[in-house]
Amino acid sequence: MIRLEPRPQPSILWTYASPALALAITVFVAVFIFIAFGKDPVRGLSIFFWEPIKSPYALTELILKATPLMVIALGLILSFRANVWNIGAEGQFLLGAIVAGGLAVWVTENQIATQRWAFAPIVLLAGAVGGALWASIAALCKDKFNANEILVTLMLVYVANLLLSYLVFGPWKDPKGFNFPQSIRFSDDTLLPRLFATGRAHVGFALSILLSALMWIFMFRMLRGYQLQVGGIAPLAARYAGFSSRGALWTALLVSGAFAGMAGAMEVAGPMGQLTPYVSNGYGFTAIIVAFVGRLHPVGVVFAAFLLSMFLIGGELSQSRLGLPSALSGVFQGLLLFALLTCDTLVNNRIRWVGAKKSEAHA
Amino acid sequence: MSATAPPPRLALRHITKRYPSVVANEDVSLSVAPGEIHAVLGENGAGKSTLMKIIYGAVKPDSGEMLFEGRPFFAKNPRDARAHGISMVFQHFSLFDTLSVAENIWLGLDQSIRLDQVREQIAATAEKFGLPLEADRPVHTLSVGERQRVEIMRSLLTQPKLLILDEPTSVLTPQAVEKLFATLRQLAASGCSILYISHKLDEIRSLCTNCTVLRGGRVTGKVDPREESNASLSRLMIGAEPPLLLHRDAKLGAVALDVKQLTLKSDAMFGTNLDHISLHVREGEIVGIAGVSGNGQQELLAALSGENPRAPSQSVQLFGADIASAPPNRRRSLGLFFVPEERLGRGAVPVHSLAMNNLLTRHHELASRNALAWVSPARSRSLAKDIIARFNVKAGGDSAAAKSLSGGNLQKYIVGREISAKPKVLIVAQPTWGVDVGAAAQIRAELLKLRDEGCAVLVVSEELEELFELCDRMHVIAKGKLSPSIATRDASVELIGEWMSGLWTTPVAAESTTA
Repeated sequence: MIRLEPRPQPSILWTYASPALALAITVFVAVFIFIAFGKDPVRGLSIFFWEPIKSPYALTELILKATPLMVIALGLILSFRANVWNIGAEGQFLLGAIVAGGLAVWVTENQIATQRWAFAPIVLLAGAVGGALWASIAALCKDKFNANEILVTLMLVYVANLLLSYLVFGPWKDPKGFNFPQSIRFSDDTLLPRLFATGRAHVGFALSILLSALMWIFMFRMLRGYQLQVGGIAPLAARYAGFSSRGALWTALLVSGAFAGMAGAMEVAGPMGQLTPYVSNGYGFTAIIVAFVGRLHPVGVVFAAFLLSMFLIGGELSQSRLGLPSALSGVFQGLLLFALLTCDTLVNNRIRWVGAKKSEAHA
Repeated sequence: MSATAPPPRLALRHITKRYPSVVANEDVSLSVAPGEIHAVLGENGAGKSTLMKIIYGAVKPDSGEMLFEGRPFFAKNPRDARAHGISMVFQHFSLFDTLSVAENIWLGLDQSIRLDQVREQIAATAEKFGLPLEADRPVHTLSVGERQRVEIMRSLLTQPKLLILDEPTSVLTPQAVEKLFATLRQLAASGCSILYISHKLDEIRSLCTNCTVLRGGRVTGKVDPREESNASLSRLMIGAEPPLLLHRDAKLGAVALDVKQLTLKSDAMFGTNLDHISLHVREGEIVGIAGVSGNGQQELLAALSGENPRAPSQSVQLFGADIASAPPNRRRSLGLFFVPEERLGRGAVPVHSLAMNNLLTRHHELASRNALAWVSPARSRSLAKDIIARFNVKAGGDSAAAKSLSGGNLQKYIVGREISAKPKVLIVAQPTWGVDVGAAAQIRAELLKLRDEGCAVLVVSEELEELFELCDRMHVIAKGKLSPSIATRDASVELIGEWMSGLWTTPVAAESTTA
């Protein structure tokens, strides 16, 4: 018999070991899933964990998909730590893509002369503004009417999705696009500068690493960041200290919205080069898992973003190489989060084997 | 005890219970005879609660045995305990505000009984034990003392053979305590055994016939409290006599905190509205506010600390400046600091280190003054080290999480944090609530020292003893109204007790000056 016993202090070891154990459990279950489908588990696992890193080109693809996950998750960890549950980063991502895409379309159509390095900050900023505005609707509803931000942000995902569809099926549809629901291709000069000679990875990756460092500084070295987190874990203490809960709400939603919107801009001005209804790969939702696997820590999410990026790529590859549905990556994502939440029990509890000698005590 | 005597109602033998970081009970034995009122005396953290939970079936001991009416018995759970005649009244009530007295009691009883039968039983029991209760009143209209009667009534209707009371008087006025004791004596005379948990020496000496003293989880004495003095009981409980406080004459300065006709509706359901509260605190004095909890203390403190900034303008003034709508950090920069009643979650963030917790109330000093407000972890840490050293806090260093400290040590830290900010006005709620005697004495001494240095101190407490020890003047708060102030040397426990029921005779200034 095993028994859980609360720890006097949370275990630092398990805070970091828990994601590793969760990954191990996920892999373990994955083996059985592959076997159940009649596939060679070694080959299956290699598609998820070896293919994405085996060549320089594969690595750039890994980076390409990790970048938006990382940027969104960096905003989400701030929001989650402030106890503001922005579940709709997907919607803010789409709005960022719409605003940034709209700007690129306008620049392209009017043949305004620009250069990649000069236009990059503008298009990223446009995306950030779009995402922040979308998130501000939820902030306003929470502030004025005490509407639950989980529901409002989530509902706004569907609204954003329909708005994007309306635009690419309607006013922004490429007249020469054979009636496909997509905008014109953006001019080359509006696209984000590439990072390497090969592959599609763009400067957004360098920016996301920078953002990770900035987020660390904000959270752990600036009073504003500290105030937000106190509001999240001890609202009464925040009120006692005089930290504004309204300020925390708005900051959390605007920052996480802006980050998600910027990620949306990176996607359309990066690998896509045009607006389609399929701008997002579910990045906004996957980033929630990234945030938790990364322990809501700005450095942790960098690693977690790469792991989940592997899952995304592995899912696609398993479709083409193994004939398994790409939804498999969603199954693995869910498994990982589920296992992680379970393993997190060990952070605050320890396992005791009951029946063994139990007279060990600390004074 | 002779061998022919009837078996004790309850006997505990060598009970030991360990938790990961502490030994809550070690080799504890006690025995309670039928109809005996037996005190279990000890400081907070001495292991009283754990022991009671073991008897009540809420906690399983690691070793030891329990005999109930001469037979080995361990309750599997509280329901099992009640079924065997063991009942417990907790310090914190579990009543539904919107239901009536009878309905609340009905909820805890066997479902085969009808509500009108419950009403009859309440009336009969009330008659028998002098526990007046109106069965049909909604609970939210009851005073705290009446609510406790509901809890006791609920226990009595299960026909207990052993009744456990956990710190029952902490919420009562002195007069209500006398009434409770009369009921308990009657109950004991009818054959029910009572285990009375307390840290109040006077009460134990007047009520109980036997006393088991716990310290650090062990039994340090078994005495007849009627033959002991407060000093001798205190020695058993804490290993020393409580230190005496040095009370110098007040050197009064300017009026520091001035509350004028403060009227404020509570925003909580069943909260207390503040009704024309006026008081002032001068530099160099300690003013106390006594009262049973739930009479407006929370609301008044929130209006004074700035946690509720909706007080009417001019109703709260600091050295003549209107601060009624200033947020807490603005009040702090003007010199008003506050120690709240709840330590974990309000006075300190439980999972943060002590150093990080300094930022709550000391961020004006610890963060850079520019718009970016950089935090300096090094300065937070050195401040934490200073507070730990100066106020003798037992903690695992400045990086220890607030929740890893014992209640007394965390309270010393929080009080120390606010005192070392050199406040001009310090407001303290329940300064020694749940704090061991040594730490309490130290905190009280620090408050007196602060007063002698010219700080204006306002103490809100439910412990009359503490207020008499600390204050120069006292007010009483009852139902949202504040009594006139009385100099402590002119006050008596009886008078303050009467006032606590809202019965003060001196007319309160009637004219209203709300702007």
